[in-house]
Amino acid sequence: MFFYLPMAFFLLFLLFPFYWMVITSIRPDSELYRPWNAINYNPFWTTRPTWEHVRGLLLETLFTTWMWNTMFIALMSTAISLVCGVFAGYALSRLSFPFAGGLGTGIFITYLVPQTLLFIPLAEIIRNYNLGDTPWALILTYPTFLIPFCTWLMMGYFKAVPKELEECARIDGASRWQAMLYIIIPVAIPGILSAGIFAFTLSWNEFIYALVFLSSPDQKTVPVGVTSDLIRGDVFFWGQLMAGALLGSIPVAIAYSFFVEHYVAGLTGSVKG
Amino acid sequence: MAQVVLKDINKLYGSVHAVKDVNLRIDDREFVVLVGPSGCGKTTTLRMIAGLEAISSGDVSIDGQVVNDLAPMDRDIAMVFQNYALYPHMSVFDNMAFGLKMRKFDRREIATRVKEAADILGIGELLKRKPRQLSGGQRQRVALGRAIVRHPRVFLFDEPLSNLDAKLRVQMRVELRKLHQRLGTTAVYVTHDQVEAMTLGDRVVVMKDGIVQQIGEPLELYNRPVNKFVAGFIGSPAMNFATVTMADGNGRLTAKNGGLEIEVPAPHADRLRAHTGHRLTIGIRPEDLRVAGDADPAGLTFSAKVEVVEQLGSEVLLDLRVGNDAMVAAVDPVVRVKTQDTLRLAVNPGRLHFFDAESEKAV
Repeated sequence: MFFYLPMAFFLLFLLFPFYWMVITSIRPDSELYRPWNAINYNPFWTTRPTWEHVRGLLLETLFTTWMWNTMFIALMSTAISLVCGVFAGYALSRLSFPFAGGLGTGIFITYLVPQTLLFIPLAEIIRNYNLGDTPWALILTYPTFLIPFCTWLMMGYFKAVPKELEECARIDGASRWQAMLYIIIPVAIPGILSAGIFAFTLSWNEFIYALVFLSSPDQKTVPVGVTSDLIRGDVFFWGQLMAGALLGSIPVAIAYSFFVEHYVAGLTGSVKG
Repeated sequence: MAQVVLKDINKLYGSVHAVKDVNLRIDDREFVVLVGPSGCGKTTTLRMIAGLEAISSGDVSIDGQVVNDLAPMDRDIAMVFQNYALYPHMSVFDNMAFGLKMRKFDRREIATRVKEAADILGIGELLKRKPRQLSGGQRQRVALGRAIVRHPRVFLFDEPLSNLDAKLRVQMRVELRKLHQRLGTTAVYVTHDQVEAMTLGDRVVVMKDGIVQQIGEPLELYNRPVNKFVAGFIGSPAMNFATVTMADGNGRLTAKNGGLEIEVPAPHADRLRAHTGHRLTIGIRPEDLRVAGDADPAGLTFSAKVEVVEQLGSEVLLDLRVGNDAMVAAVDPVVRVKTQDTLRLAVNPGRLHFFDAESEKAV
């Protein structure tokens, strides 16, 4: 009882926004734009559910294009960041070389520079390389915050892997490279997965770079597209907005639920010998 | 099969001198144990032989070939780690086969060798399991198996039994000894446990503060320790020490302090006469003390007050107060004594040890 009651309250608190999204996206406009104190009006459910918002979103807007854009950008930038992060994290936690400590801190500090500041010089770079309004503008700029993030997560994880594993592999006849490939990386899979999920989520939800570097409607990502094209002037298309937000969060939800065990192990567990 | 020679080995970590001028020759098929308290440099020495630690100065050679600059993989050695270091994502079979795969052995040879090693160690049933599904003892066997399959020139063991419970440790100790008798591979074994060192080693190297104190067969260390440290480290319970002054009266040399007055028996007396009037440390092993009988000459007995009686079944340990010194005696379990009793103890005259009070070297 003392466990379930707070748990229920917590769940209610967390899930209510999603419920609100669902209910808004299937509520007909006639109900949506009625005053809150109208007679026979209950904001918590609807008696006349409709697919018109979802259909409108998928057929009349560029939402599916945005989804593909976002997916492509998020996957590419996650892949780049993971590869860099895993190697950098391994090097910083395992190899001893001059300034390793300073380098680690330096990478961490770059993560702390706010994006709202960083987008100004980055915009200059994007323009110089003629990358503006292409997915590459984001694929190449997201790693600026994803790589430090992945590197630090992986550093922590690699430190928890007993160094005897690698030493043993090297005595067994593996080169450093082979030891990393066959022993360290497989052992670090939970850590790599968590870093990947986090990086994916961060780039999926990223707003400011996407807003600044992309301008054509067919290049936009979901967060930017939904907020810029579904609010026309001062008119909020609440039904479509909510449907867009809901559909837009599905890939992330799938990613989390699919890897949840590895992900939790990556954050909390270490490797036992 | 190989001979391993360490010549003037040193290891410096910045200003810390972890290993100092270690010279050691390990013969082919020999089982040598490095033993000492934590931080004595034994593990560092082992890791230098393995190639996991760079050598600051000196040479390590295996079969006459200096291996200082060879990578661990090229030294043809196998190492067993304290935490087993099994690859957690691989099955027992793959763990054991990894070294062979890396060395491009063919599949059939790998299978044969793994099976052979698994049979020796009695882990044939476990080959498909993952390390996390094994008990501590089984993991230890897999780690040994992984070393055996390679047929290396040298086995290196880094406190392999420390993570096992006491009973299993004794059992594995016997198995390790049997394994060595069967395979005959040269082995270097690091431990902080003097019992392991005594029971496993053909020869034992006692280290302290990065310096080799004594190298010898187990009984040699027990019977003729070269200094107070070795004397106190080897043997359990530890040797009793008391500071005494040597006095020569009427041709009889006695070692005296507040509670003791022992007439130094002939073989020692001739040697120790030169120290007359000096302070020495006398060392008496607990097992060389017994409750005095009527036949014991007065010069070899002293009185002691019993503070604690520890009944072990096979023997009784008496914690005693002798003058200002604490001593332990391991006596026959038939002796009936109580706390606070005062009794007379006799020493075994042939088994007294004397050390210089300053340098702590045996005299």
